[in-house]
Order: sequence, then structure tokens, then C-alpha cells
Amino acid sequence: MRLYAICVYLFLYIPIGIIALFSFNAGRHASQFMGFSTQWYGKALNNPFVMDALETSLLAAFITACLASTLGTMAAIALQGVKGWLRTLFDAMIYIAIMIPGIVIGIATLIALVTVFGWLNPLLASLWPDGANPPQLSMGMPTLVAAHTMFTMALVIIIVRARLSGMDRALMEASADLFATPWGTFRQVTLPLIAPAILAGFLLSFTFSFDDFIIAFFVAGSETTLPIYIFSSIRRGVTPEINAIGTMVMGASLLLLVAAQLLLRRGASKSNN
Amino acid sequence: MSFDMSVTMQTIAELRGVTKTFGNVVAAKDLNLSIGKGEFLSFLGPSGCGKTTALRMLAGFEKPTEGQVLLDGEVVNDLDAHHRPVNMVFQHYALFPHLSVFDNIAYGLRQQRPHVDKQTIATKVEQALETVRLGGFGPRRIWEMSGGQQQRVALARAIVNEPKLLLLDEPMAALDRKLRKEMQFELQNLQRQLGITFVLVTHDQEEALSMSDRICVMEGGSIVQVGSPRELYDMPRSRYVAGFVGTSNFFDATVTDSAADQITVRLASGQKVHGTPEIPIDAGQEVCVSIRPEQITLTRALPTAEIALPVTIQNRIFLGEHTEYLARNEALGDFHVLVPRQAELNEGTFNAGEQAFVSWGEGALLILEN
Repeated sequence: MRLYAICVYLFLYIPIGIIALFSFNAGRHASQFMGFSTQWYGKALNNPFVMDALETSLLAAFITACLASTLGTMAAIALQGVKGWLRTLFDAMIYIAIMIPGIVIGIATLIALVTVFGWLNPLLASLWPDGANPPQLSMGMPTLVAAHTMFTMALVIIIVRARLSGMDRALMEASADLFATPWGTFRQVTLPLIAPAILAGFLLSFTFSFDDFIIAFFVAGSETTLPIYIFSSIRRGVTPEINAIGTMVMGASLLLLVAAQLLLRRGASKSNN
Repeated sequence: MSFDMSVTMQTIAELRGVTKTFGNVVAAKDLNLSIGKGEFLSFLGPSGCGKTTALRMLAGFEKPTEGQVLLDGEVVNDLDAHHRPVNMVFQHYALFPHLSVFDNIAYGLRQQRPHVDKQTIATKVEQALETVRLGGFGPRRIWEMSGGQQQRVALARAIVNEPKLLLLDEPMAALDRKLRKEMQFELQNLQRQLGITFVLVTHDQEEALSMSDRICVMEGGSIVQVGSPRELYDMPRSRYVAGFVGTSNFFDATVTDSAADQITVRLASGQKVHGTPEIPIDAGQEVCVSIRPEQITLTRALPTAEIALPVTIQNRIFLGEHTEYLARNEALGDFHVLVPRQAELNEGTFNAGEQAFVSWGEGALLILEN
């Protein structure tokens, strides 16, 4: 059993380890290690295409994380008051949003948006005065952020709701008993107590959006995110530069995930005491 | 002696025909009660008797389905909890885990509009901390405090607002026995010292008896009797109250004769006893008689009392200042008898299997509704 587990872990992590190892390769082939060097990191960081893609990715991830954590928190709080079949329905939809494969979300979102834009664009054109340039709705940063937000919001809802349900209802009553208005209670009691969960949701949303390739591939339009850039440059052949980018992305993502985990754990132990 | 509120004090809060239903469940049924300014009143009853619902309606967490809740002469049915000059000590304290002891206590003051200035808040919080003997604990975190200390913080957080009513929801349920005893004394002192009206909810009769000016005994959503601890103990209106306030021996009896001020009942052993019940009872009705364990005398020789019943000693438990005996009478069943140390020294210890007599003085036997 233990051997089996070791094999599984080796299978999972050896490729990742090799990618990290070859990012320090002095040679230019991804299959032959020619000695240690950090030159590919320098190359990657000086590549304007990489930097552009990184900027796009960071911007999309940041806006996604902001929207998802705000909307997700609001949804989680509102869902507390929902009972019965409606609650079951919402719960089911939240879990479905997480379980549906990214490729299905990507294609479905693409088809839906293209259809909607196909209706809206002629409508907009007819509303605009003659001669003026009517705005054209198309794929780009807004659609990318929208698709990512839809998906990551479900994560935030689940995380924040777990925290809310672990909270003593008497705390809210105590706050009301001590003359705090409902808004005052939310601001001074509820929000500080669920803040770690919201922040964890923010970090997870950021990571998911930053790492996502499949959904972005369909809905990003002319925008190139870092995963999309990596995918397209692999088609031109793998260089250790890709390995360097991959290793950096992986390191940053791991850092964020660990931070989210620590936040959730600290929040939980604090409220149990 | 009944606690006459119209003479002794003014009413601070009142329940008028208050009923509360949750769906099909009636949690409180037609409650009528006046709470006097400065008194210590307890709602006593088992879980599900409606005592917590009554408290929550006073706090403003529940709205009565029918009837009125009055505070200082005004109907407050529609006044939300955060607008009521009433504060509560919650069962598990409900202290804010993300705030320090100081900030917990200052919470209520900081919600006041117009704002209370910082210096006043600091002074009042320090004072409240001193009152609950936690001076200097302000900067501590909540989880650094023991259970007993947390309870005092909860108390300080409520009294710092000088509420018209201080509501306490089973405040000592989470404390161990020794600490509970200490807190009982402390609460009572605090109430006298501050002059704030305390309303306590408890299922612990000892707690209610030791601290309250008046106790409101509840059963199945209704108030069954309101009175001072002594009144409830000496003149319970029903078997339920007698059983809940202190312990007692209960025996079935039948009413043979019912006059205006005195009725006669026949015990299962054949003896007839007279008494004055609190409520009118018709002849032929099944009732029960109650005798407190400490009012029974246990003797070896046949006593001269009106009624003396032969018993066989079954069991003996030494309790220190008292010895508790279980004695069985053929016709009536088991008697619990509490013999004080001095009486036992005079009469000698009874052993299991020994024959003896139980008797009681006039007025010890109460005739109660079943």
C-alpha cells in the first residue's frame, strides 16, 4: 500500500520536478541537461511577449478575484436566509459550477456570448446615430473576467458559507442586543469573523484565474494570457525558457494556495476558542 | 406573605396576555406577569417550558404572536432588540472572539448615537471591569480567559450599559459546581449593589431559590405559579410546583368532603386528613398530598401525633448535617425522610429492616391538585 502511494506521488510529481530542474538547464534543449544556469529566467523576464501575457493574466486574475470574492460573499450571506427546495437548488447549482469540466464551461460560454453579441451588435448599431462608430461587443478582457468570475464565485460561496455556518448565531444576537443596527452588526461582527474566509476565497480565485488555460482559450478573444502564451510557444518547440516561466508560475501559485490554507485554518482555530 | 408589587415598587416591565407560537408549536401561552423595578425575578422550569421564549420576547429577539410586552409602561412589541434598553447575558456568553475584553465591554457604548467620547467609554469600561473583579484584564483576548472570567466579561458587557432590564439566559450552565455557587453569591450582590432589575432563566431550582426575590414557575408554555421562594416552597399550588421547588413525598388521595375553607381527603391507607387547598376542589376528586422530607419525624415509639404510620426502614444515606432515610409503609408506599443530625443523636440511628413510625406536625401536609 505504501509502495503504491509512493508510485502515485512519483508519477504526479516527477514531471513537475523535471520541469523545474530543466529550467536551470544551461543548454537549449529540454531533454538534455547541460549544466546549471539561470539564463532562461533572465530570458523569460526580458521577453516582452511574456511580460505582456503576464500583465494580462495578472490583471484578469486580480479583477476576477475582486469580483468573485465580493459577489461570492454577498451570495453566501444571502443564501443563509434561503431555506427549503430553493436552497437545495442553489446548492446543486453551486456544486455543478465547480464540477463541470473547464472545457464545457469554455465552449458553452463562448457559444452563449457569441449568440448574445450576435443579437446585441445590430441592435446597438441601430441605436447609434448615423456616421458615428457604434461600439462592437466582442471577446476580450471583460468576457474572460466574466467567465472566470462565474466559476470562481462558486468556490468563494462554499468557503464563506462554511465559515458562516460555523459561526455562533448568538454573536449576531449579542451585537443586536448591544444596540448595533443590522448594518453595524455586519460591519463589526460578521465581516471581521468571515474575513479570513473571504481572503482565502480571494487568493484561490486569483490562483484559479491565473492558472486557467482552457476557459481563457475560448473566451479571451485577442487577449493572450500567460497560459495561452505558453501553449502557443510550445507549438514552436519547447525551450527551457518555458520551463522557467512554468516554474515561476507554479511557485507563485503554491505560495498563494498555502497562504489561503493558512488563513482558513487560523480563522477556524480562532473562532473555536 | 405575597410579594405585593403595587405597594413595594413600580413596574418596569410587563407581559400582558402574551402568546408565542412557532408554526403549530405553542411556546408560550397567555403569559401575564409584572416585573418590579429593582427586583430579581427568575423563570424556572424544565427545557421546553417556554421560559427562554419569554426572555427572548423581553429582549426583542422574538415578537409575541398575541398580547403585549411593555417596558417602562410602553408597548414594545415592534421595537427591535437593538432599540431596547435591555441587555442580555447569553448562555454561552457570546463574546466577540475577534475583540479584546475591553472592546467587548465597550461594544454597547460605541453603538450609542450621538457618540460617547473615548474618555467616558474608557472610564465606564474600567468601572465595569472593577465591578466584576476583573480590573486590569481589559487588553486580554477572549480566549485567554477562563470560563468563569468569560462569564464576568459577559456580565460587564451588559451592565456597562446600565440597562433597564438585565436578562440572564442560564448564565451558569457552563460553569462547574463550585464556581456556580460563587457566582450565585456574586450575582446577588451585584444586583443589590447596582439596583438593576435582573430577569434570570434557569432550570436549576437551587439557583432560582437562592438568588431570586420572586420565581415564576412555568410548565408547558404557561405560568403555573409566581411567588417568593419561600411561598413556592411552603405553599405550592400544584404537585408540579411542589416537585420542582424542592423535593417532596407525594401520595394519592380522594376528596371525601369539601367545605368552603376546609376539605377532607382520604389516604390510600384509610386515614382521613384535613386541609385548606389553594384552589377549590370538589368532593370525589382525586388529589395528591405532599409532605416535605424534613417535616417528617421518624420515631421508634408510637408518637402522639394525629396520624402516625408504621414503616420499615429500607435504606439510609448519610449526608453530613442530615441523614436521608427511605421508609416503606404497606399502604402508602415509600417515604423520604430527612433527619437532622441532632434528632438522630437523640433517637439513635435506624438500620435497614427496623420497624419505626413516621408522623408530622399540623400544616405539614399539603393538599394539591394532581
